[in-house]
Amino acid sequence: MDSFAAAPEMPLEFASIDDAIEHLKSSHPYAIKLDERDGYDGIIVDADQLLNIARVIRDDLGFDYLSSATAVDYLGEGDHMEMVYHAYRTSGGGALVFKAQTDRENPTIPSLTSVWRGADFQEREAWDLYGIRFSGHPNLKRILMWEGFHGHPMRKDWREAYYEEDQKPFDSRWPGGHVHRSEEKNVFGKNVSYPQDIDLNRLMDSSESAVYESLGLGVDIERVMDKDGFETNELVVNMGPHHPSTHGVFRMVLTVDGETVTSLEPVMGYLHRNHEKIGERNTYLHNIPFTDRLDYISSMGNNHGYVLAVEQLMSLGRRYNPPTYRCEALRVMMVELSRIVNHLWAIGFWLNDIGAFFTPVLYFIQERERILDFFEAVAGSRMMCNYMRFGGLFGDLPERIKSVTNLTNDRVRDYNTMQFLTEMINERIPRTIDELELLLTQNEIVLERSVDVGVLSADDAINFSAAGPLLRGSGVAYDIRRAEPYSIYPELDFDIAVEDEGDMYARYRVRVQELRESVRILRQILPRLEATRGESIWADGKPGAYAPRVPHGEAYGRVENGKGELGYYIVSAGGRGGSANPWRYHVRAPSFINLTPLGHMSKGHKVADVVGILGSIDIVLGETDR
Amino acid sequence: MYGTGLAKGLMLTLRHFVESYIDDLRYGFRKYHHSTDNFGIRQGTQTKGVITVQYPDEKVAVPERFRFVPILIVEDDDHPTRAGKDWCTSCGICAKVCPPQCIWIVRGSDPVTGRPVPDPEAFFIDIDICMNCGYCAEYCPFDAIKMDHDYELASYDRTTHHIHDKERLSKPNSYWRSIAPTRAYEEMLVRGTWEHKDAAKEARRGQSSSSAPSPQPAAQPAASTPRTTPAAESAADASASATAAPPAEGATPWSEDDAKREERRRKALERKARRAAKQG
Ligand code: SF4
Ligand code: SF4
Repeated sequence: MDSFAAAPEMPLEFASIDDAIEHLKSSHPYAIKLDERDGYDGIIVDADQLLNIARVIRDDLGFDYLSSATAVDYLGEGDHMEMVYHAYRTSGGGALVFKAQTDRENPTIPSLTSVWRGADFQEREAWDLYGIRFSGHPNLKRILMWEGFHGHPMRKDWREAYYEEDQKPFDSRWPGGHVHRSEEKNVFGKNVSYPQDIDLNRLMDSSESAVYESLGLGVDIERVMDKDGFETNELVVNMGPHHPSTHGVFRMVLTVDGETVTSLEPVMGYLHRNHEKIGERNTYLHNIPFTDRLDYISSMGNNHGYVLAVEQLMSLGRRYNPPTYRCEALRVMMVELSRIVNHLWAIGFWLNDIGAFFTPVLYFIQERERILDFFEAVAGSRMMCNYMRFGGLFGDLPERIKSVTNLTNDRVRDYNTMQFLTEMINERIPRTIDELELLLTQNEIVLERSVDVGVLSADDAINFSAAGPLLRGSGVAYDIRRAEPYSIYPELDFDIAVEDEGDMYARYRVRVQELRESVRILRQILPRLEATRGESIWADGKPGAYAPRVPHGEAYGRVENGKGELGYYIVSAGGRGGSANPWRYHVRAPSFINLTPLGHMSKGHKVADVVGILGSIDIVLGETDR
Repeated sequence: MYGTGLAKGLMLTLRHFVESYIDDLRYGFRKYHHSTDNFGIRQGTQTKGVITVQYPDEKVAVPERFRFVPILIVEDDDHPTRAGKDWCTSCGICAKVCPPQCIWIVRGSDPVTGRPVPDPEAFFIDIDICMNCGYCAEYCPFDAIKMDHDYELASYDRTTHHIHDKERLSKPNSYWRSIAPTRAYEEMLVRGTWEHKDAAKEARRGQSSSSAPSPQPAAQPAASTPRTTPAAESAADASASATAAPPAEGATPWSEDDAKREERRRKALERKARRAAKQG
């Protein structure tokens, strides 16, 4: 505030967050109030004024990047619905958090898609899961559930099939835990309710017609024909959900004019399991292994984001010990190794998509195997690492990466851990990156397929809330490790990889650079591990509690994951003693939000390029669909 | 010149192709003769060429920390005093900490008094639901549940084979020590003995009941001792202790701790009401 008063000519785009809020309060005195709930942050905006204020936030205050937009249902805690927005500046710094509240009965909030197109999918998700209507949204329909679905499953009073209790642990497990299978129970018990006018014999899914309608096509094929006769040259092509190029069960509905794509609509949700609802039934600790299953290529990064968010909340309480230095160094090492795995995988499969079928990717997978072997020896599992804990880790590095025979034909390996790591980081991984570049960077076919294909301009990338290599490939040097540093990144020496062209090739180049930067970081981690040898990974020397209580408040923890910005929005609604289960657990999934510009990028390209463009975004469906 | 990038790439592919054979030659095609030597080298950081493992003719032995479905530790048959006895005290922590809630435990009770005894009457894990997270092993205060290394569990019928009962889950302590010697050793260091915590405690008590004061009040009846540790731990969080206090054990239902907790709760509720009033 002082700095603002002292230098009134300072442009508002650089004003501190407090000053920015002051400015908003003076320009919209009646529409804004500070969020004064215990442990909460930011401002509460009058829903009527939301759109205007969002414009001011974006244009005048410079918060040009909408990271996350999500809903919370405060049933029994004030009985309202709330949309929570986190806006950042691409020049770096913290979030301006603003919220809009609406009642639960008929929740309506103005859509922000005209300000940030990145809000598109996120608002659709909030409509789908919470039933909040967004007035002015161009395409407000369900995104993860199917159109005929009854109810909005993230609402606190919605209960899933086989519902047992609101929160784990369930009482039926102990002390009188007589086992039964859920499937032996009747699914159509009292957990399921139907709309009154429904006739089970005539169930129809309206998802299909909704998809085609939003593309400007009626489902009624005859109508298309009537209009254009048989000479029509617009054709609808469904790619997926079961298509090798979609990296999972993902569907793209294209309209093509000849070979050229005129519009594209992503259809997802085939792998939806309502991760967030599960997360709200779970205790805080239960959620860590569940985060592994989001982006299952880089589970270490998922763990990291989640523990950071919960540690933010825990640090509000009195009895909180931040992780030790060794713990932080180990976390960063694991995350950077995951990034290498992620990028090797992304580049390899992107090559598959543009036709270099499996030879390059197998070379990269060979390296990935070594890293996964290391994860397995340290964390116990190759992909579902479940390695990080609040304030610590599952365990320190073992002295040796060593196996013991158990099954028939078992073959033993035995390496010194530090030696294995050193050789990996100093020899193998750099060599692989060199080979990768030799194989691809100047390869004429790769160049022809990828240069100037799928272009996303810098402004569009920001406006679409693109994240990770997709954003940096468009010339925006935004990397959370630098923009809002966490863990020990401030003291590490590395550069943000960035390329200006915004096409598929630029994204590829960004990934290669990031591979090199990760190696650079890892080389700095090794001496730190040597220096802290023997230090405990827990601040007080012993592992954390199995049922930690987390103080009242909200937190948004975000990390730069391989695929982009991974954020966790957590609300703890306990009393002063804290809560054992999160009230709200939201994942800002980069794979999901990065799909928002897919249609925009694909327009005007050939069908075969769409596959490459999707590959260059690098999605994983476990995270997209959640 | 157009095509040089391509040619370089193809040369690299060729090099990989040749290297895969060089490695095979170096190890004299022993890879295909079930040889165990050189496996570590071929799989290590120095190797070049193909690293394929010929499963199931050869398998990569898993590292000690590897986790698959859990097993319950029982005392070896040749144990002098506790042969065949479960390490599990049915304290229930693993069931609480299990994320997908796939552990079901029936706590044992004394047939005469009805009081809970530190022995699970039944113990089930639904391995279809188990997500192999390893929490149960990590948080069990008695080292009684561990993650197995045997991942070959395919079966023809999931409905009859995939709920592991206590018999199926139980493995002798010596098995655990053989598949994870380093970890077993580390756990021993933490416990301070190779024996089960309680067994060691009882043994100590037997020796020193008269002389040195033991950490536990010596007057406490033996039957309820094992409960003290888990109960003391779970008293730290109110929800756990609410379920941990069994109805049958009503000797001191209202301790000083409970009174304090109730007081804290009342204050917290007051604060919450104030907050709500402020907002409303
Ligand atoms: S935590 Fe250990 S001792 Fe307690 S019930 Fe589970 S296996 Fe038994
Ligand atoms: S490994 Fe995890 S999921 Fe499986 S039984 Fe143990 S705690 Fe439950």
